[in-house]
Amino acid sequence: MKRSSDRGFNHPVSCEITSRAEYMNRRELLRAVAGGAAGLTLAAWAARRSLALPVPGGSALKGIKSVVPGAQAADKISSMEEATTYNNYYEFGTEKSDPAASAHTLKTAPWTVEIEGLVKKPGRIAIEDLLKLSAMEDRIYRLRCVEGWSMVIPWVGYSLAALIKQVEPLGNARFVEFVTLADPVTMPGLRSGVLDWPYTEGLRMDEAMHPLTMLAFGMYGEILSNQNGAPVRLVVPWKYGFKSAKSIVKIRFVEKMPATAWHKVAPNEYGFYSNVNPDVDHPRWSQATERRLGVGSGLFAKRLPTLRFNGYEEQVGQLYAGMDLAKNY
Amino acid sequence: MNKLLLNKAAKPLIFLLCLLPVVWLTYGAFTDGLGANPAEYLVRATGDWTLRFICLGLAVTPLRVTTGTPALARYRRLLGLYAYFYVVLHLIAYSLFDKGFELSDIVHDIAKRPFILVGFLAFLLLTPLAATSTARAIRAVGAKRWLVLHKLVYVVGGLGLLHFFWLRAGKHNFNEVIVYAALIAALLGWRAWRAFAQQRSHHAALVGLGYRQHKRDGGLPQGAGG
Repeated sequence: MKRSSDRGFNHPVSCEITSRAEYMNRRELLRAVAGGAAGLTLAAWAARRSLALPVPGGSALKGIKSVVPGAQAADKISSMEEATTYNNYYEFGTEKSDPAASAHTLKTAPWTVEIEGLVKKPGRIAIEDLLKLSAMEDRIYRLRCVEGWSMVIPWVGYSLAALIKQVEPLGNARFVEFVTLADPVTMPGLRSGVLDWPYTEGLRMDEAMHPLTMLAFGMYGEILSNQNGAPVRLVVPWKYGFKSAKSIVKIRFVEKMPATAWHKVAPNEYGFYSNVNPDVDHPRWSQATERRLGVGSGLFAKRLPTLRFNGYEEQVGQLYAGMDLAKNY
Repeated sequence: MNKLLLNKAAKPLIFLLCLLPVVWLTYGAFTDGLGANPAEYLVRATGDWTLRFICLGLAVTPLRVTTGTPALARYRRLLGLYAYFYVVLHLIAYSLFDKGFELSDIVHDIAKRPFILVGFLAFLLLTPLAATSTARAIRAVGAKRWLVLHKLVYVVGGLGLLHFFWLRAGKHNFNEVIVYAALIAALLGWRAWRAFAQQRSHHAALVGLGYRQHKRDGGLPQGAGG
């Protein structure tokens, strides 16, 4: 295999990733407990947990190692258990543990993604075709949440640019809007008025076309679990996590900057760009540092300094040349 | 109920019950049972329990009067001191997990962020209340002044609520905030209503007795309701 040390990234040691066997062991245990061995209360709890986790076997999604610059973060990878049980997915509840407990109701097949707006080739693309549109790549990205925590996640997918090129946007398409699923039957969180459903997000065309911006279909070598945004989600590693819309049903090409979900409810707190920036604080907390989760560093681990553009400045900094990032937060 | 509360074992039992959250949090912290972000969990949980104990403390007098259970008064100090215990844990958790005990960082954060400032202010205002909880302190301060001083807990309740509201405003999630706000509003509203009713009946009594000319500004001393 060709070494890519010229890119300046060390590849993670595979032993740092929670092994599949170890992960499955835990799930077996949960299932045993769910079987009733430990009393009714515990059983109910464990059943919810075992249901929420991805179905073992038959769900592998393999990719080839991505050669996109910046796509192989050298950081220690967060454990799959943490990444699948600590989620913000408000359609399934506002607590971090809610999505893992309730997202099993999400129906990811059949699934189509509608392409509309300013493109030459609008239409509906079935998830099966989307999966085949470009070669699946393994990419390791840092994920920084606006709340001040971060994880390192191995995604499987490809650059959004591959899809955009295929649908041929018109010259006046300056932004891309992402609309996500809002199904009141399967998503209990829609009953709350926390956000204006459906959850929508948006990117400027050059951001959407950047090779680091990816459509993800899997993580940890498996298809995405529901609570992580199955069957297809966006991952934009240099922006706060909420920009990476989950369970996408519509991609719309537009001329004007689209309204985005969090910006609509709190415009002074969440901007359109939402690039990770240690120098621009959230009104109620500092963004200078972050707590890295799922790497076994323990309760008393020091917080890490947050990097500009989440450490992807070399790759994406030029997109914002001349822009006042404090103003365009 | 009154009899039960007067039982010798009741107070130690309630003391231990109030300690359960901290036992459970400690156990969780050592057994990896607080989820993926245990530090945040500890900061949030100690804040939640502070607010709960403030509500419990504020509920004592209304419950005592409306249900006719004088024995409840024996638990007011205990609940109030537990509110302080949990706010101290909350402050320690924030200082340690969020700020790594960097004093300059903490001071900077308090000065810069109204959200933190309001929470810190609530802690400061609760401190003299905890410090004057003993019978000796009540004598030293004087019962009348002590009563006025301890009305600060109403302000603390409001500040705690604002602190919690601001936290949740970031995620536009007000369900729990509304529950606490309704509870605190009811507990304080009951006091306002009672004070108003007492004022009126007192006034009416004076008028009825022909004391109109002698009505003084202050009226009779208020009951030690709190």
